[in-house]
Amino acid sequence: MWDAIESAASLPWGRRDCQQPGDYRLEAGNDKLCFDVVNGPQSLKPLTFVARERLSSISRQEGDDGVCKINFYPAKPEPEKIAVLGARACDVAALAMQEKVLAQGEYADPFFAARKEALLVIVVNCTRSADTCFCASMKTGPKPSSGFDIAMTELEDMFLIEAGSEKGGAILDALALPAAENDEVEAAESAIAAAAASQSRSVDQQGLPQALYDAHNHPNWEVVASRCLSCTNCTMVCPTCFCHAVEEVPSLDRGESERFRAWDSCFSPEHGYIHGKNMRPTTRERYRMWMTHKLGAWIDQFGASGCVGCGRCTSWCPAGIDFVEEYGKVRESS
Amino acid sequence: MSVAACSSTAKAMRAHDIHPARIIEKLEETPGIYTYRLRFEEQEIADCFAFAGGQFNMLYIFGVGEVPISIVSDPEDSHILDHTIRVVGRVTEVIGRMGVGDVMGVRGPFGRGWPLEEAKGKDVLVVTGGLGCAPVVGAIEYMFRRREQYGHIRIMHGVKTPRDLLYRERFDLWRKEPDTEVLLASDQPEKTWRYHTGVITELFEIVEMDPANTVCMMCGPEIMMKLAARRLTERGLPENALYLSMERNMQCGIGLCGHCQIGPYFSCRDGPVMRYDLIASFLAKDV
Repeated sequence: MWDAIESAASLPWGRRDCQQPGDYRLEAGNDKLCFDVVNGPQSLKPLTFVARERLSSISRQEGDDGVCKINFYPAKPEPEKIAVLGARACDVAALAMQEKVLAQGEYADPFFAARKEALLVIVVNCTRSADTCFCASMKTGPKPSSGFDIAMTELEDMFLIEAGSEKGGAILDALALPAAENDEVEAAESAIAAAAASQSRSVDQQGLPQALYDAHNHPNWEVVASRCLSCTNCTMVCPTCFCHAVEEVPSLDRGESERFRAWDSCFSPEHGYIHGKNMRPTTRERYRMWMTHKLGAWIDQFGASGCVGCGRCTSWCPAGIDFVEEYGKVRESS
Repeated sequence: MSVAACSSTAKAMRAHDIHPARIIEKLEETPGIYTYRLRFEEQEIADCFAFAGGQFNMLYIFGVGEVPISIVSDPEDSHILDHTIRVVGRVTEVIGRMGVGDVMGVRGPFGRGWPLEEAKGKDVLVVTGGLGCAPVVGAIEYMFRRREQYGHIRIMHGVKTPRDLLYRERFDLWRKEPDTEVLLASDQPEKTWRYHTGVITELFEIVEMDPANTVCMMCGPEIMMKLAARRLTERGLPENALYLSMERNMQCGIGLCGHCQIGPYFSCRDGPVMRYDLIASFLAKDV
């Protein structure tokens, strides 16, 4: 979880995560490491595309002539500056994708843009992968190529640090750190390479998105739907999911109303509903929508996969549904 | 009108911001279906607002929420905006109770409408079905106001029972237009039904068409459109001359909220009117 820290003592020294489908545990690890927890349920998404954002308030007044007027007051994005310490390669890849979706189209979302601008991202390159990780196959990690201000690689008793932006460069200049030795750089690179090599899950993107469009009637959708609880966990922890709905919250005296944007999920029954019919009436269609969009249609829409390989959808699924495994089944001929 | 207010930035802002508009006329088309004529309260918004035939607005009702509704008035006069709504849900029920002088919010315009430019100089086939099809009424009237710019216009409308036939007067008026045919079909007609008995696709068999010189605009239940599109393309109508109005859960209007996807498309942004060749493989496969 992201939270404010006062000092380095608040970091999770000697702890590591153990992730399996439907299972997340913290256990004792190496006391000399404080960034050995690969990831938790939160990506950077809640910091830039917040779970609930006030969009506007509206007032209604009745004039002396009995004529009603309504006035709209759009909310101004005024985010506080946040420095994030310990983001991962998958997280910054997802942040870049969210920026493409929400802020680089014809109708840029002012809230996302302002929050992203106010963010300083300090990445930790992964030197260990969780069992659920598959960033190597999505080509997003374990080390990011861009999208961060500062990147650190943690070795025992040492960090290797590099800047990824002007902002990050200015900070490193001010710290006046000694240059890294070649063997230290090699040790860091080989730890990162080992983390990539240790990943057992992979997504074969060959033939996407068409292969998933063609798999529309694959029998596995029904099979996975029999296990899926439609709980929306996967879409809530997914760092790229951007679906949202607007809630109208009128005051009790009906003089004012507020509009809030809140995360929505393609697993909710209302997502595909339109007066009297549901385009995705059962979990089968909803699971198919989720995977076909994430791994397939996203490529047509935004030029790259919507999946960054963080594995959260798998770890945080209460039914232990393994996203990569289910994708593999759908790619097998029916 | 100030140049700044009409800039593309202002257009982008209008996608997020709601502007108040007042009802200046209300017309009951048939019980439960009303056309509202709206005018923006702010003069500079009224001056800058421009839309294309078949685009839609999100209509906002104070304390209730928004609903996507096609603009059916003529794009040449964007100072007045006509919206036809059918009372079917939470928001439209409130709209149905509103009257002249009441105020609502407008966010838009959004989406892509009917191929009214592409259809110029060609024959037009309009195929509609079910309980009224307001989105295409605006397009039909647009063409009749510019009758000389279009070839033969053929309007086909299918209903289950004659009771479902809305806009009866409009069909009668359209029938009187030059070089125009109106063909109606009912699956389950009563004895007094003087038109075709059967489903709408049967009408395709009884007319002479010039498929290479025809643009087809279609609006209705997805299963009807799917069957009709299949039949028409078999008769030689090119897939890229066939346009379908796709109904999905449209909430944001700008392709950001995710609800209205059809394959790789966001129907609010890439539609709601979409070319058949682009979406044929994504039409409801389970029906």
